[in-house]
Amino acid sequence: MFSNLGSLLRYRGLIQSLVARELKARYRGSVLGFAWSFVNPLLLLSIYSFVFTTIMRNDDVAQTKPFAVFLFCGLLPWTWFSASLTEATSSLISGGNLIKKVLFPAEVLPIVSVLANMVHYLLGLLILAAFMIAFQHYPDVASLPWFPVVIAVQLIFTLGLAFVLSALTVHFRDVRDLLTNLLTLWFFATPIIYPYFTPSVSRFLTLFRLNPFYHLAVSYQEILFFGQFGHARSLLLLAALSVVVFLGGYWLFDRLRDSFAEAV
Amino acid sequence: MTAIELSHVSKMYRRYSARRFATLKSALLGRSILRDLQPDETFMALNDVSFRVAKGSAFGVIGRNGSGKSTALKLVAGITKPTSGTVRVDGRVSALIELGAGFHPEISGRENVFINGIMLGLSKRDIEKRFDDIVDFAELRDFIDAPVKTYSSGMYMRLGFAVAVNVNPDVLLVDEVLAVGDESFTHKCLDRFRDFRRRGKTVLLVTHSLALVERLCDEAVWLDGGQKEAEGDSKRVVDAYLTAVDRSEERSLAAASATAGRVSPPVPSANMFQATEGRWGSGDVEIVRVALLAQNGEPSFVFHTGDPMSIRLSVRAAQPTGDFVFGVGLFNADGVCCFGTNTELEQMQPDQLVGEADVTFAIDSLDLVEGSYKLDVAVHKRDGAPYDYHRLLYTFRVASRSRDVGIFRPRHHWTFSSNVRFR
Repeated sequence: MFSNLGSLLRYRGLIQSLVARELKARYRGSVLGFAWSFVNPLLLLSIYSFVFTTIMRNDDVAQTKPFAVFLFCGLLPWTWFSASLTEATSSLISGGNLIKKVLFPAEVLPIVSVLANMVHYLLGLLILAAFMIAFQHYPDVASLPWFPVVIAVQLIFTLGLAFVLSALTVHFRDVRDLLTNLLTLWFFATPIIYPYFTPSVSRFLTLFRLNPFYHLAVSYQEILFFGQFGHARSLLLLAALSVVVFLGGYWLFDRLRDSFAEAV
Repeated sequence: MTAIELSHVSKMYRRYSARRFATLKSALLGRSILRDLQPDETFMALNDVSFRVAKGSAFGVIGRNGSGKSTALKLVAGITKPTSGTVRVDGRVSALIELGAGFHPEISGRENVFINGIMLGLSKRDIEKRFDDIVDFAELRDFIDAPVKTYSSGMYMRLGFAVAVNVNPDVLLVDEVLAVGDESFTHKCLDRFRDFRRRGKTVLLVTHSLALVERLCDEAVWLDGGQKEAEGDSKRVVDAYLTAVDRSEERSLAAASATAGRVSPPVPSANMFQATEGRWGSGDVEIVRVALLAQNGEPSFVFHTGDPMSIRLSVRAAQPTGDFVFGVGLFNADGVCCFGTNTELEQMQPDQLVGEADVTFAIDSLDLVEGSYKLDVAVHKRDGAPYDYHRLLYTFRVASRSRDVGIFRPRHHWTFSSNVRFR
C-alpha cells in the first residue's frame, strides 16, 4: 500500500494535466466560458442571501452582518466538499474506459475530481475578497496563517472520503443516491447558513462536534469572518482524523483496485 | 532474452446471476451479503496458459471469438491480474487495446495528444519533441486544433494510434486495431511495426487477420476456449488453426444441411421465377437426397480451391418416363450464378428413367475463390416444367489460402523475363 501511495507522486504530472483538462473542458462550448467559475458561486450566493436576508429575515444575530460575507465563508468550502464527493463517486464509472482499456492508476480519477473542485474554490475566494472589500469587512490578519491549514485539512479529509466512495460505487451503484441525500442532511447539520453560536446549536453541541465539517466551517468562519481563531485544538484533532480517513480510504481503494477493471 | 513470459496463467471471471444489478438493496434484502457475494458461476477465460515471447520478435495470438485472446493481452498489459500463475513483462508496455481510450471529446486534438501521452508515461517535454511526428503520422495537421468530438471515427483512431506508437515502448501490444484506417494508413502502421522490430522491440499482436500474422509474426500461439492449442512458428500455427476452422465449419454446414433435407415436398404452384429459395415441382420425379462428395468419396461441405467435388443426386421416378433433364447451378454469396448447366444444354437425349437412380455431376477442379456458395439442383421436363426444383438449399464453402478476389480462379502462373526480380 505504501509503495502505491508513494507512486502517487509519480503521477503528479498526469494529475496536473487531467485537472487542467477538467477545468478547460467543463465550460467548453458555453458563452461565458471560464467566467462561470465566478458566476456560479455569485448566483448561488445571491439566492441564499435573498432568502436569508429578505424572506427569512433574522435580525437577532447581529454578529453575522454582513450576512453575504458570513454565508460565503462557509458556503464556498461546502460547495468544494460536496461537489468533490459527488463527482468522485462517479469518477471511476465515467472513467471506466481508462480503467478497462489502458493501464491507468485508478486513484488518479477521484483525486482529479477533488482537485478540480479545489481550483474552483480558490477562484471563489476572489469573489469573497471582492465582497469583503465591498462590505468593508476584513479578516483577522493574525489568524490568517491558519487559513491554508484549514484548506489542507479539508483536502486530506475529502480525498479520504473520495477514495472510499468511488471504490464502493463500483460495486454498489446505490452509493450515489445515498450520498446525494446524505449531503443535503449534512449541509443543514453544519453551521453554514446559521452561525455556530445559535442557541439551538449550543443545546446539541456534543452532537454537532461529532460532525467533522462542523470544525471546518467554524474554522473558516472564525478566521475569515469573526476575526478570532479559537478553534485550533479541534482543528488539529480533525487533522489527525483526516489523515486516518485518508489512509483508511486509500487502503480500501487499494484492496478493491483489482476488481475495478472487471466490475466497472 | 524473453520479453514476455506467461507461466501457467489462469484467469477466472465470476458471473453473478442473482446479483445482476449489483445494488446495495439486493445485497441487503438478500439477508446475507456474504452469500450474495459468492459467485454463482465461474468462467475460465484462460486456463493454464504458458508461452514466452522473445525480445525483438513479433508474436501473434490467434483464435476464435471468446477464446481468451484479449484477456491474455490485458494480463500482459497489467490491466487485470491473473487468478493464478505469473505474467512477467520486461520493459515499458504500450497497449493499443482501445485507441484513444483517454481522449476527452470537448478539448482539441493537440491537448488530447499531450494528456494521452502523459497517461502513457511520457513527460511533457518528450511529447513536445514528438508532437510533429505524431501529427504527421496521424495525417491530422489541419484538424489538430479542433475538438476531438468533431473528428470522424477514423481520425480519432489514427490519432490514438499515432500517440501510442510514438510513446516508444519496449513492448507494443496490439489488439485488432489495424482495421481502422484506409489502405495507406494500414501500410504505414505495418511499416512502423517492422521498424519496431528492427530496433529490438517486441510486438504482441492479437488479430483475426491470419494473413497478417503470417506476414508479420515470427511465432504465434493459438488459443481456444481459454486453452493453448498450439504454439510455435506462425505459419504452422495458422495452418493448424485453419484446419480446425474447416472442421468446425464442416460440422455446422452439415447441421444446416440436415435441416435442409427436411424441406417440404415439392409445391406444385410456387412461382419459380420469384422464389429466392425453396423447393417446388410436380413431384413426378423427386430428388430424394443431395450429397457433396470430396475426392475420397466422403460427404463434405468445405472444399479447397482446386479440389475435385462431386454432386450426387439420388432421384426416384414415380412412373417410368422418357422426358427428363437434370441440372445444377452454383451461386456465390451475392447470388451471382457462377456456373449453371443441364443435360439438355450438354446435348444429352433422354431415353428412360425408371425407379430409383443416382446422378453424379463431377467437377474435376473447383476453380472458385474463397467464399460460401449455394447450390441449385433440379430435374424437369424438356420444356422446362419442373418435376422437382431445389433452389439454393445446399451450402458449401470454398476455402483458400490465397487472398485473390472475384469468382473464378483460373489455373495460372506468372513468368518474367530475367530483368524482373522478386525477393
